[in-house]
Amino acid sequence: MSPARKILVVGGLALAAFGMLYGLHYALFVEHQTLDGMGGSLTNAFVHAAERDIPQSHVAVDAYSRRKYVYVRQVDVHSHWIGLAMLLIVFGVVFDRVAFAERTRVLIAIALLVGSILFPLGVLLQASIRGPIPSALAITGSALVIVSLLFTTWGFVRQDG
Amino acid sequence: MATPSTSANLGAAFAPMSARRVLIFGGIALIVGGMLFGDLFAVFVLHQNGGQTGEALLAASRAVAMGNPLAVKESFAQIGGLLEDHGTKVDTHVHMTDAGYLALLLALLQPYVALSTKSKRQLAWLFVAGGVLLPTGIFLIHYVGLAYSFSSVIGWASVLADSAGTLLILVLIVEAWGLWKYLREKVPVCEPELPPDRSWERRVLLSGGSLLILLGFLHGAWYAAVDLYEHEARETRILNSILDSATDGQGGSTMAVADYGSLAAERAVKIAAHSHLIEFGLLAILLSFVQSYVYLADAWKRRWVIVLLAGSLLLPVFVLLELKMGLLAGGMADLGGLMVIAALMAMLVGVLRQTGSLDATNGVRP
Repeated sequence: MSPARKILVVGGLALAAFGMLYGLHYALFVEHQTLDGMGGSLTNAFVHAAERDIPQSHVAVDAYSRRKYVYVRQVDVHSHWIGLAMLLIVFGVVFDRVAFAERTRVLIAIALLVGSILFPLGVLLQASIRGPIPSALAITGSALVIVSLLFTTWGFVRQDG
Repeated sequence: MATPSTSANLGAAFAPMSARRVLIFGGIALIVGGMLFGDLFAVFVLHQNGGQTGEALLAASRAVAMGNPLAVKESFAQIGGLLEDHGTKVDTHVHMTDAGYLALLLALLQPYVALSTKSKRQLAWLFVAGGVLLPTGIFLIHYVGLAYSFSSVIGWASVLADSAGTLLILVLIVEAWGLWKYLREKVPVCEPELPPDRSWERRVLLSGGSLLILLGFLHGAWYAAVDLYEHEARETRILNSILDSATDGQGGSTMAVADYGSLAAERAVKIAAHSHLIEFGLLAILLSFVQSYVYLADAWKRRWVIVLLAGSLLLPVFVLLELKMGLLAGGMADLGGLMVIAALMAMLVGVLRQTGSLDATNGVRP
């Protein structure tokens, strides 16, 4: 197995296992509580409004929005880590068909792996850290994935020709 | 018609009841099952569920206008049930197809997993069983609820789903350990690798699949940059608007509830287009590996590849157009899904014919 394929297959399997463990932990210890919190905030917003307590109603809507902001990112992280892991493993099986020199293939594989780790990690950190660093991580990670995907597709097409 | 591939390599790589055979059959069957479920959900549940949720939200806003907190709570209990119904069905679809993708992936990795043939076969069966039980558990969550549960939060269906998820993780860890052994001990490949295949079908599926994934990522990046934060801010604005309209007595909450429904639909179609482009791309690449096992005439193999790729593009494109074209686009998207399912079924039949041919040649008794 070539070095590029090893990077993708081993990295992909590790990322898949990590993504699944994260999902299991999330399903057991976080998701139900988060969903209850979101539903509770929204219900409270309407109940306060029915009681004509408008300021509290808006506070509850804000609480709902904050909880949903976190929830969306936490769920996205789980699905993106596993999805990207599967992509890494699939490419790992077939990467020798990407028509570039092995050194270039290794660079593409590293970029794909690093991007696959950083992009969801940045999204996850958005839920807990304020400031530009989490978004910068997510953007850098997704850019790495997109650029390496461009090269991979180009490599497959070159092989076809 | 193409002759059945009866080379020793193909036969050895696809031995009767081997881990690879179990994973390829199980994987394709799980993907077909998950996609069929998704199509049925889109046709019979999705829009009806959205409509009922909108009606319940409208009822909640009317209860607010009447100053009736009890009726608000009843409406939200109903909305909670509808959202759980919707969410668990989407998760059933996603987890069943994803388990199928993982099964196909593991089938590709079998030559590099340094475990005994018997262990690999048992792991394959366990993985397929987990792949069936996980979505089954998720599907049942809405119907079983907390009946006879030991916990006030988690019901028995969740326990089933979580146990099946744990089983999948354990299988994956053991497979990774086998792979690690192969890489570390530099043992020879444990079973024949996939037969080399430079066919038109394989090349088109590889290139087409990569292109679909790239399109999906670009669309996702566009969504994250342009729509995600705007949608979140708009949702908060609309919710405040519903509440303000309901309490000021001027009756504007119906329009605000309609806006909320439109936002939910806009968000749903954009995320669905993104995820389906990537999933179909992945599926196309995975299916490129099993083409040497598909025992169909070359012309038919090519036709099914074209049907699969066309359906893979048709579904997300028309899902996106649903907001502008309504039911017509919804119908076209469903047609795209059916094209993918039909192509998958045809390939599954081709693989079945190949196994029958190989087994008959090798004198394997049923």
